[in-house]
Amino acid sequence: METYNSSNIKTLEFDALIIGGGGSGMRTSLELAKSGLKTAVVSKVFPTRSHTVSAQGGITCAIASADPNDDWRWHMYDTVKGSDYIGDQDAIEYMCSEGPKAVFELEHMGLPFSRFDNGRIYQRPFGGQSKDFGKGGQAARTCAAADRTGHALLHTLYQNNIKEGSNFLNEWFAVDLVLNQAKEVTGVIAFSIESGEVAYLKSQATVMATGGAGRIYSSTTNALINTGDGLGMALRAGFPAQDMEMWQFHPTGIYGAGSLVTEGCRGEGGYLINAEGERFMERYAPNAKDLAGRDVVARSMVLEILEGRGCGENKDHVFLKLDHLGADVLNAKLPGICELSRTFAGVDPVYNPIPVVPTCHYMMGGTPTNIHGQAYTQSNGVDEIVSGLFSVGEAACVSVHGANRLGGNSLLDLVVFGRAAGIHIQEALKTGGGVANADKDDIDQALDSLNKINSSNEGFEVAEVKRELQSVMQNYFGVFRRGDYMEKGVAALGDIREKVSNLHLKDKSMAFNTSRVEALELQNLFEVAEATAIASFQRTESRGAHARDDFKERDDENWLCHSLYDPIQKTLNKRDVNFAPAQVETFEPKVRTY
Amino acid sequence: MIDVNIYRYNPETDKFPYTQTYSIKKPEKDIMLLELLNLLKEQDSSISYRRSCREGVCGSDGMNINGKNGLACITPISEAIKNNKIELRPLPGLPVIRDLVVDMTEFYAQYDKIKPFLQNETQPPAQERLQSPEDRDKLDGLYECILCACCSTSCPSFWWNPDKFVGPAALLQAYRFIADSRDTKTAERLEGLSDPFSVYRCHGIMNCVNVCPKDLNPNKAIGEIKSMLLSDSKKENIIASDGMS
Repeated sequence: METYNSSNIKTLEFDALIIGGGGSGMRTSLELAKSGLKTAVVSKVFPTRSHTVSAQGGITCAIASADPNDDWRWHMYDTVKGSDYIGDQDAIEYMCSEGPKAVFELEHMGLPFSRFDNGRIYQRPFGGQSKDFGKGGQAARTCAAADRTGHALLHTLYQNNIKEGSNFLNEWFAVDLVLNQAKEVTGVIAFSIESGEVAYLKSQATVMATGGAGRIYSSTTNALINTGDGLGMALRAGFPAQDMEMWQFHPTGIYGAGSLVTEGCRGEGGYLINAEGERFMERYAPNAKDLAGRDVVARSMVLEILEGRGCGENKDHVFLKLDHLGADVLNAKLPGICELSRTFAGVDPVYNPIPVVPTCHYMMGGTPTNIHGQAYTQSNGVDEIVSGLFSVGEAACVSVHGANRLGGNSLLDLVVFGRAAGIHIQEALKTGGGVANADKDDIDQALDSLNKINSSNEGFEVAEVKRELQSVMQNYFGVFRRGDYMEKGVAALGDIREKVSNLHLKDKSMAFNTSRVEALELQNLFEVAEATAIASFQRTESRGAHARDDFKERDDENWLCHSLYDPIQKTLNKRDVNFAPAQVETFEPKVRTY
Repeated sequence: MIDVNIYRYNPETDKFPYTQTYSIKKPEKDIMLLELLNLLKEQDSSISYRRSCREGVCGSDGMNINGKNGLACITPISEAIKNNKIELRPLPGLPVIRDLVVDMTEFYAQYDKIKPFLQNETQPPAQERLQSPEDRDKLDGLYECILCACCSTSCPSFWWNPDKFVGPAALLQAYRFIADSRDTKTAERLEGLSDPFSVYRCHGIMNCVNVCPKDLNPNKAIGEIKSMLLSDSKKENIIASDGMS
């Protein structure tokens, strides 16, 4: 088929381009829609099909509804502690203090939050939440629309983008970043999935809002579309990724299916039991019990299984017990869970416990950014802003989640930093910020991977290589990690790279060719997986979600820092964590117990 | 073995659509239809369909399964197999782009037409607008729509007039905003639906209710809209109550 080059594809020009139509992308675009700048959201699926739709339990924020004395500083304390102290305190401070404004805006936009009797937004307890800096017991800080908060949030954002007249390129797939000679980002190469038409989308600001990449693992709560496309593009372009060893395994994925069961189940009073019917979290986290940090609960579950107290024929999962809450509470507060459980576990939680197992859920790492979404790279150990490149949401590492994200903080991250990036881009472009043009060769270079896959006449099967990749990640980089296993994993990935570089695209047709999309997605998955593997192998300590059998302790002396993966050298560098919030005293690292 | 008969059409190579039969060993475990499609795609990568969440919340994989619209990802094959066969066709009534992928432009245009966003021109408070749990309950069964189009594309009235009849999915959302105590544009919303086509082409066929994978009831919402349109006195009351909120 035709080889694409800068002269046979069309160029569409924008002031700002947002790649990804999920929560963070649409919050950014909403901000920009009001600005008069020429903006487009490029989404590989119709926006309401984005993975934000699957978020369940809620959006954590100190709006002081459940508790009129609640304080964003308490939320900040919990988040810093949850991050195992490698979350950036300036960013966490910004998120927690700006959060209420962002949540009230969503309510004003029409988000159908559940309500308390006084008419205020309903808030439920979630893991890792406390009052009074850990001294006042469990807080209830997660604002909810039943257990469909992500759906309600995503649809509300889409609806308000319609209201403001945002411009969408729906079912367009972004392939690679275009870089000019100064290594500024000048847009992306993309194609319309429907027609196959390829274009250079040129922009002064390119925002990666492409979400996570949970599909690097074989067992994940993530949608099939979560293939880390933005991060894959950034890594291929030579930009670094931060804290890639930090993957959250959610304690309660439905056994066998992977679908998420919200932490809100435990917030509403549900708890985990082993084969003996014991509420085992009482042993691992005597205070917070089932509402300890997600990393803590997931590890406890795996230990129960490893020690032979798992449930079922193969003793390979545990149960989430909800029946004691009664049908009324379950139907009012957790209707979506009841539906999912009946469909995917064949279990009605009103009567029987749900079989669950820790399941890959969230990528804490990503493209390093500041609170304005501006992407960073490093040159000789010094931070440098990448002109033209921004990242928000799960694709970014700003970093508010550090080594372990608290439940309900991802939705807050999306809206707070989506909004912040939108505000910054408006101001920057109005005061003349922008990037130089890319030349013909630059554009041709960005077309390489697309041309290569289009011209493949033989090579490896996409589905097979994907399965192989996922199984390596699942086996060697799961809840518990070990140096010798990970070394094998890194070596196995070396072989897989060879295959990923030589995939066979059998179907070369133009119209809605999903096999082309899947081949390109696999290349993105691979970049993310390799960054994960190398970062995991090299961080020789246990912190947050990164738990090593061979380095069981947290090592603040050597590793109280971000890791920064350099995709060109394939090496891991260290980057300072921010310990300088503006409005409060620094939260100093402490031993983390629940 | 089971036969999966799939509607095939690629605009670049096919003058007409045709049915292709794939014979596949019946999986031992009862898997979802989407998983079966994924297995078939490994055999024949040219089969095209949309999918995303694989758990029934994103609305991507609406299709016509043995003559009835549904989501592939939450339809177990045990339910879909009839006489060792499964018939898969694109959602009816919309132009086919390729195979099981339809062009949803008209469906989305109807959604846009009903102004699917909260309208309230009063100055919002510094915090959230208050809403009683009872008022919030009125949105249950409405806001959960996932825009999969199973309902509208099963509706003969929508097949006839996809440009003029709003269709069950968008009407459900029209009512979602009418029913919201925070929205102050009920009168304008009703006015926008008062022509002979937008709502009145619904003849209560109920296909929408039968196929909704989220167990929602667009027909009931349409009934509410119709009775509000018909009752002038009620309409005045609504306008008055909107002024209060």
